[in-house]
Amino acid sequence: MNSELKNNMSRRHFFKVAGGAAVASSAVLAACDNNKKEVNTSGAISEADVPKDKMTYRTNPNTGDRVSLLGYGMMRLPVEGGTSGRENPDAAIDQELVNKEIDFALAHGVNYIDTSPAYCQGRSEHATGIALSRHPRDKYYIATKLSNFAPETWPLEEGQKMFHNSLKELQVDYVDYLLLHGVGMGENGPEEFDHRYAENGLLDWLVEQKEAGKIRNLGFSNHGDISVFDTLLQWHDEGDYHWDFVQIELNYLDWKHAKEINDRNTNAEYLYNELKKRDIPAVIMEPLLGGRLAKVPDSIVAEMKQREPDMSVASWAFRYAGTPDGVLTVLSGMTYMDHLMENIITYSPLKPISKEENEFLERIADKMVAMNTIPCNDCKYCMPCPYGIDIPAIFVHYNKCINDGNLIKEESDSDYKRARKAFLVGYDRSVPKLRQANHCIACGQCKSHCPQRIDIPKELKRIDDFAEQLKLSDKKD
Amino acid sequence: MLKTIRRILAVLCFVAVTLLFLDFTGTLHHWIGWTARVQFFPAVLAANFIVIAALVLLTLVFGRIYCSVICPLGVMQDLISWLHGKRKKNRFTYSKEMKWLRYPVLLVFIIAFALGAGAALTLLEPYGTYGMIATNLFQPIYQWCNNGLAAIAGHYESYAFYSVDVWIKSTTALALSAGLFVVIGILAWRGGRTYCNTICPVGTLLSFLSRFSLLKVRIDNDKCIKCGLCTRNCKSSCINHEDGTVDHSRCVTCGNCITKCKKDAIYYGRPRKSSVNAATSSPSKIEGAGGSMTTPEKISNNSSELVVDKPKETIDKGKRAFLIGTGTAVATIALAQAQKKVDGGLAAIEEKEMPKRKNPITPPGSVSARNMARHCTACQLCVAECPNQVLVPSGDMLTLMQPMMTYERGYCRPECTRCSQVCPTGAIKPITLEEKSSLQIGYAVWAHFLCIPTRDKDKDGKPISCGNCANHCPTGAITMVPLEDGNEESPMVPSINRAKCIGCGNCEYVCPARPAAAIHVEGLEDHRTI
Repeated sequence: MNSELKNNMSRRHFFKVAGGAAVASSAVLAACDNNKKEVNTSGAISEADVPKDKMTYRTNPNTGDRVSLLGYGMMRLPVEGGTSGRENPDAAIDQELVNKEIDFALAHGVNYIDTSPAYCQGRSEHATGIALSRHPRDKYYIATKLSNFAPETWPLEEGQKMFHNSLKELQVDYVDYLLLHGVGMGENGPEEFDHRYAENGLLDWLVEQKEAGKIRNLGFSNHGDISVFDTLLQWHDEGDYHWDFVQIELNYLDWKHAKEINDRNTNAEYLYNELKKRDIPAVIMEPLLGGRLAKVPDSIVAEMKQREPDMSVASWAFRYAGTPDGVLTVLSGMTYMDHLMENIITYSPLKPISKEENEFLERIADKMVAMNTIPCNDCKYCMPCPYGIDIPAIFVHYNKCINDGNLIKEESDSDYKRARKAFLVGYDRSVPKLRQANHCIACGQCKSHCPQRIDIPKELKRIDDFAEQLKLSDKKD
Repeated sequence: MLKTIRRILAVLCFVAVTLLFLDFTGTLHHWIGWTARVQFFPAVLAANFIVIAALVLLTLVFGRIYCSVICPLGVMQDLISWLHGKRKKNRFTYSKEMKWLRYPVLLVFIIAFALGAGAALTLLEPYGTYGMIATNLFQPIYQWCNNGLAAIAGHYESYAFYSVDVWIKSTTALALSAGLFVVIGILAWRGGRTYCNTICPVGTLLSFLSRFSLLKVRIDNDKCIKCGLCTRNCKSSCINHEDGTVDHSRCVTCGNCITKCKKDAIYYGRPRKSSVNAATSSPSKIEGAGGSMTTPEKISNNSSELVVDKPKETIDKGKRAFLIGTGTAVATIALAQAQKKVDGGLAAIEEKEMPKRKNPITPPGSVSARNMARHCTACQLCVAECPNQVLVPSGDMLTLMQPMMTYERGYCRPECTRCSQVCPTGAIKPITLEEKSSLQIGYAVWAHFLCIPTRDKDKDGKPISCGNCANHCPTGAITMVPLEDGNEESPMVPSINRAKCIGCGNCEYVCPARPAAAIHVEGLEDHRTI
C-alpha cells in the first residue's frame, strides 16, 4: 500500500516536473544538462559577447613567449554525431567544427594548443595539424608529448619515430613545447621512467633536438609517483637537465586534498611550490578535476550562486587555477563552442581569486572531500575492461548519487525509499546490467592503468555490496 | 439492462486480468490477483472448492454468465466480434450445436488432464490461452510504452519510471501465442463465440449446467413476430427464431438479443406465465391501434441507428489517438536505443547460451517437477511477473509453455517470491522468504575447461584469478581451492558443497565464461529444505 502510494506520488511529481519543463524550459534544461554548465541561467552567450583582445597573458621566462592563460586541450575533440571522441571512439572527428573552434580560439587570443599522439585514439594530432596549418606559424604555440606508454614503443628508434611523426601530423618543423608524457605512471614509476626515457637515451636525444631548434621548450607532465617528480627536479638543480616548464594537476580540491583523496597522489600545493621555488613555469591540467568541479553537488552550486549569481560553477575552478602567477597556462579540453566561449570570457581578463574567495573555496573543498566520492576523473584509461565492465560509468553513477544525496545506507532514514529507487533505477539506466559491478571478477588488470591509482576491484566490490544491500531491502512480506 | 450490466462487469474483469499480466512492477497482484484465482480451470487445479462451488452455483442460477463476464478469452472474442459488428450489422445466423466436435474435445482434454499431458492442456484451456496471448503479445507493447515513458523520465532525471528489457523468452511461446491469437481472432471475427461453443472445454463443461439454469433467455412466442433480429444478433448462433427456441447449452446470456428485439418478445428470467396473459392484453390493444405505430417505430429505429453512429466516431478518434500515442512511443524508444549504442571503449559481451540442463529447474514453491506438470495451466502469469528475467516457458511437449528457470539474464533473487504469490493454480505454492532461503531447487555443477582461471592469462602469462561465483554465493556453498592439490601456484577454482547449494543461480549468472558459463545449475526433481 505504501509503496503504491509512493509510486503514485512520485509519478505525479514527475508529471509536475515534466509540465513545468514546458513553462520554464531554460531553468530545467540548465539543471538537467551539466554539459551546458550554468551558462543558461545567466542568459545565453553568443559569439558577439566574447571579447577579442582582453585575454590575460603570462610570459615564459625562458623564451619570452607571451602565452594565453587559456590553453586549448585537444583531448576531447568533437566527433560526428555530437559527442566527443572519448565518449564515442568509433565516430569520425568533426573536422569542420575543430577548424571553427580553433579559428575562434585564435581570433579571441588563445595561442597555446596542447595535444598528444595518444589523444582521440591517435587522431588528435592529425586533426590539430589540419586546423592549425590554416594559420600563420607564429600565431600559436604547439605543445605535444612523447606518449611512449606501450612497452613496444620504449626503444630509442620508436621514440624518435613518434616525435618525427608528430611533426608530420602537426605539419610543422618544430614544436614549441614538448613533454615527457605522464612521468610517475605505471606500477613502478621510477622503473618505468627509466625504460621510457633514461636508459634508452631518448631524453638525451630530445635535448639534442632542442639544441637543434626542433623543440623550443622541453618539460614533462607529472602523474602519480612523486619520487620521479622529485628526481627530475633534482637533476634540474644539479644542472644535468633543464626543465623549461612542467605540467601539473592543480585545482582547489587537489591543492590540499590530493593525498587525502588518494594516497598515491601529491597535493598541488607541494608541486606548485617546488616549481615556483625554481622559477619553472607551471602548465595546469585538470583544472576541473575531470569535470567534477563543473558538476558539483547541488548544495555547493547554491553556495556559489549566492556569492556570484552570474558566474558559472566551472569558472570558479578556472579562476582558481589561473590565479597563481607561476602558472603559464591552464588547459581545458573543450569539446563544444559554448565551453570555449565561456572559458575565454573567464580569462578575458582573469579576475584573480581574492584571499577571501580562496578561503571560501577551501571550505568548499573540505566539504567535497568529506563526501567520500571515488576520485575517478572518467579518463577511461582503465578501459576496455576485458570482461566488459563499464568501470568509469559505475564510478560516475556512484559519485553522482553521493552528490545528489541519493546514497543513504540507513533504512530508518525518511528519505531512504526515494534514494534507493534513484540509486537502483539510475544504476540500470547508466550501466547495462551485464556491465555492472557484480560482474567484476577482480582480476585486477585495470589497476595499473588508473592514473588516480584507484583500487578499482575493491571499489567495485564496495559499490556492488551497496547495490545488493539496497536490493535486499525490498522485502515486502 | 442485462446487456449494460454484463458489459460493464465484463470490461472491468477483462481489464483487471489483462493488467495482471501486463504489470511487471509486482504492485497490482495484491489488489487484483483474485481475478486469476476465480477462473474456472485454475480453481480446479488448485482444488479451490469454494470457487468451483460458487461458479457452479452461478451457472445454475444465471446461465453461462462466467463465459460472458469472467473469462478473459471470452471477452476478448466479444471485443473482436463487436469490432466486426460495427462494420456489418445483423450478421449472425442460427447453426446447430456441433456435438461431434464439442464432446470429443472435452474428452481429449479430460484424458490429457488425467494423463498429465501438458501440451493438450495448454492449447485448450481458455484462461491459459489468454495468459499466453497477454504475456507474449500484449505485455511487450505495454513494456515498450513504459520504456518510452522511462526515456522521457530519464531525460528529466525523474525516477518515476524505469526501463525494462523486452525480450523473446521463447520463440515457441511467441509463435504459439501468435498462432492462437490469429485462429481465435478469425473465429471470433467471423462467428462470434464459435470457439467457446465448439472447442473450449470449460464452455462445454458449463453448458451441462446452463441447460438447467434457473434464469434463462427465453422467447415469448405470443409476442414474437419471427422477424429473426435476435438470431441475426446472436454471437453464439443459438437462437432458432423459427422454432422459437434457444439452445441454452450455448447461450452465454450476453443480452444482445433482448436489446435488439422490438417486440419485447425475448427476455431473461423465469418463464412468463401469469404475466403472459396480463401482458398479451395490452400489447394487443396497441396492435389494434395498428398502422399509426409503424411511424414512431421507424423513428425509433432511425434514432437508434443515429445513436450507434456516434460511438463509432468517438472510437475513430480514440483509434487515431492510440496510433499517435504508439507512434510517439516508438519514436522515443528508437531514440533511447540509438543513445545506448554510444559506449566507447567497451569490450563486446558475448551473449550467454542456455546450458543443456539434464533436469529443468522449477521455481521455489513448485514442490516438485511432478507438482508443476500436474497443476500448471501455462498461463504465463509467473513468467510475466518475474522481475529477475529468470522464468521462461518450456518448449518440451510434456511441459509445454510451463515455466522453467534459466540464469542468463539474472538469477532467482533472495528478496523475491513473486511467482509463488501470483500463481492461481497451486503449481507454485506460496512460500515465505525464510522458506525460500533454505529451499533447494537445484545444485551447481562446474565445468573445468570453461573456467576462466584455467584458460585466461594476464599480460605476464599468469592465470587470471576470478572467484566471482564464490564471492556471490548467498549460502557460502562455494570455496576457491587450488586446481592442483597442495600447489598454491596453480589456478584457484571453485569447489561446490552440494549440501549447501540452493540452486539460486547467482554463480551461473555472474560467471564471466561465455558463451557457456563454467558453473551452472541442475534442477532437482523434488525440492527439499536444507
